[in-house]
Amino acid sequence: MPGESDHSVALANRIRMHSLRMIHTAQASHIGTCLSIADLLAVLYHDFLRVSPATLNAEDRDRFILSKGHGAAALYAVLAERGFFPIAELDSYNRDGSRLTGHASHHVPGVELSTGSLGHGLSVGAGLALAAKRLNLPYRTVVLLSDGELDEGSNWEAALFAGHHQLDRLVAIVDYNKIQSYGSVREVLDLEPLTDKWRAFRWYVTEIDGHQHDQIRSALNRIPSDSSQPSVLIAHTVKGKGVSYMEHQLAWHYKSPSQEQLRSALAELEAQP
Amino acid sequence: MRLAFVNSLCKLAEKDDRLWLVCGDLGYGVLDEFARRFPNRFINAGVAEQNMAGVAAGLAQAGQRVFVYSIANFPVMRCMEQIRNDIAYHRLPVCVVTVGGGLVYGGHGYSHHGVEDLAMMHVLPNMTVFAPADPVETRLVTEAAASIDGPVYLRLGRGGEATLHKQAPAFAVGKALCLRKGATLALFSTGGILEPVLSAAEALTVLGHPPSVYSLPTFFPLDEETIAAESRRCQAIVTIEEHGRGGLAALTAEVLAQSGGGARLIPIRLPREPLAESGSHAYLRERQGLSAAAMVQHIQTTLAAWAK
Repeated sequence: MPGESDHSVALANRIRMHSLRMIHTAQASHIGTCLSIADLLAVLYHDFLRVSPATLNAEDRDRFILSKGHGAAALYAVLAERGFFPIAELDSYNRDGSRLTGHASHHVPGVELSTGSLGHGLSVGAGLALAAKRLNLPYRTVVLLSDGELDEGSNWEAALFAGHHQLDRLVAIVDYNKIQSYGSVREVLDLEPLTDKWRAFRWYVTEIDGHQHDQIRSALNRIPSDSSQPSVLIAHTVKGKGVSYMEHQLAWHYKSPSQEQLRSALAELEAQP
Repeated sequence: MRLAFVNSLCKLAEKDDRLWLVCGDLGYGVLDEFARRFPNRFINAGVAEQNMAGVAAGLAQAGQRVFVYSIANFPVMRCMEQIRNDIAYHRLPVCVVTVGGGLVYGGHGYSHHGVEDLAMMHVLPNMTVFAPADPVETRLVTEAAASIDGPVYLRLGRGGEATLHKQAPAFAVGKALCLRKGATLALFSTGGILEPVLSAAEALTVLGHPPSVYSLPTFFPLDEETIAAESRRCQAIVTIEEHGRGGLAALTAEVLAQSGGGARLIPIRLPREPLAESGSHAYLRERQGLSAAAMVQHIQTTLAAWAK
């Protein structure tokens, strides 16, 4: 349905613009990752996750964990857009006295887990999914991982555990933008064959274009799979997506856009349909 | 101690249907009753402690109260960051239980010696740290752990420890238990080392230095009030722990430095560097100054040196 896509696409665009302003203002890092996951977050929060400010602590709410906690600016942006706190508060990101810390903080309404050290989210998600399964609770648990994060062995402990216990309400999404902190994934620690790895751990694997909302949506809508397996979406993405001079550039893992760079980035996003 | 623990846990699980037990592929012959009676709330997470701690955090986030069980350093060090970030920082009701605190696993070697755990666990946010001395204290701290709305670390011995409290003491979290009252010497002991400490106290009494003896089943928060009060009454405070640096001696020194009392500190603890030899629990204690006789000698020698 084009209507739905229009809304989530517009939301993704706003996530990108908020993230750019936040990271520029704070002179912070990780804009590349925020742009990489903006479409995934937009579809999750627009179409999939059963969460709302009114049901912040409801037992049956869906759980979303940003395991790659360095994408916090984008997460805060989508939460503010969904009304968990005022959009104006985004200006305080990563600044003295703000609760919007540089990496995701559970002191922010709507953030389920503080993250920042990689390799934590999938195990916590597995615990949440195990509780749901054993206690017959309806919620789904979604964990967004980075590709570089998969170097951490703890993920593979969690993958083994979730496959063994058939945690079919657990969804992992890999933001596979092929660039990690200090090199390309292929150069640093190649993950390929990545889909085979997850299948070998007894996960239901779907490969998608992580910027195509219809693909993200239809993959999420097939969850839980009827095979009693946890699901993983391997989302092929572009680091820096949407700002031409940032795309595929490792440097934007670290750099903050200058005033002029911000202006040109926002102009590019505003021009998008 | 481990049987006192699991028996208490089964009783608690009867009353609280949110109570879970997650083990790291250890507990043979110990956890069987819990697993049989509460299969829906028991998980063997396998030999994967990082995931075990993370899963416990997730269960607790879903409103459950989780006991994590393994031995020696395994549920502490391998998953230290999961305990710090996912459990302690989020103030989740997860109790990390280890069997084999101190040198209990003697001949297994340094990999199995839990001699830095108190130092590491007590510095984490929101963390309560228990180190019971006998089966009675084990039951009391297990019951307390099941009602604390935050992270707990529980250091157990192994099995077969003597019952040192002839009747249940008046236990409160964070309070020392007084086992005998003495004159100008006070012995503070935490964990399973209490039995030789009590023997040392008998010997010191015969030698004309009758000491007070306290057990600290709660290592943290430390009972600073009792230590400070004794420091104003005593010539010396002796700390005894089956643990290396950064434990009871270090915390007590902070109290003494601020208490305004005149007591000096005699720390009895393990050296930082491990022995390069095998040995039973008793042998390793003896070799490193933690037998009753070694404690008495060290205290006497120190007091004599001060008197010169």
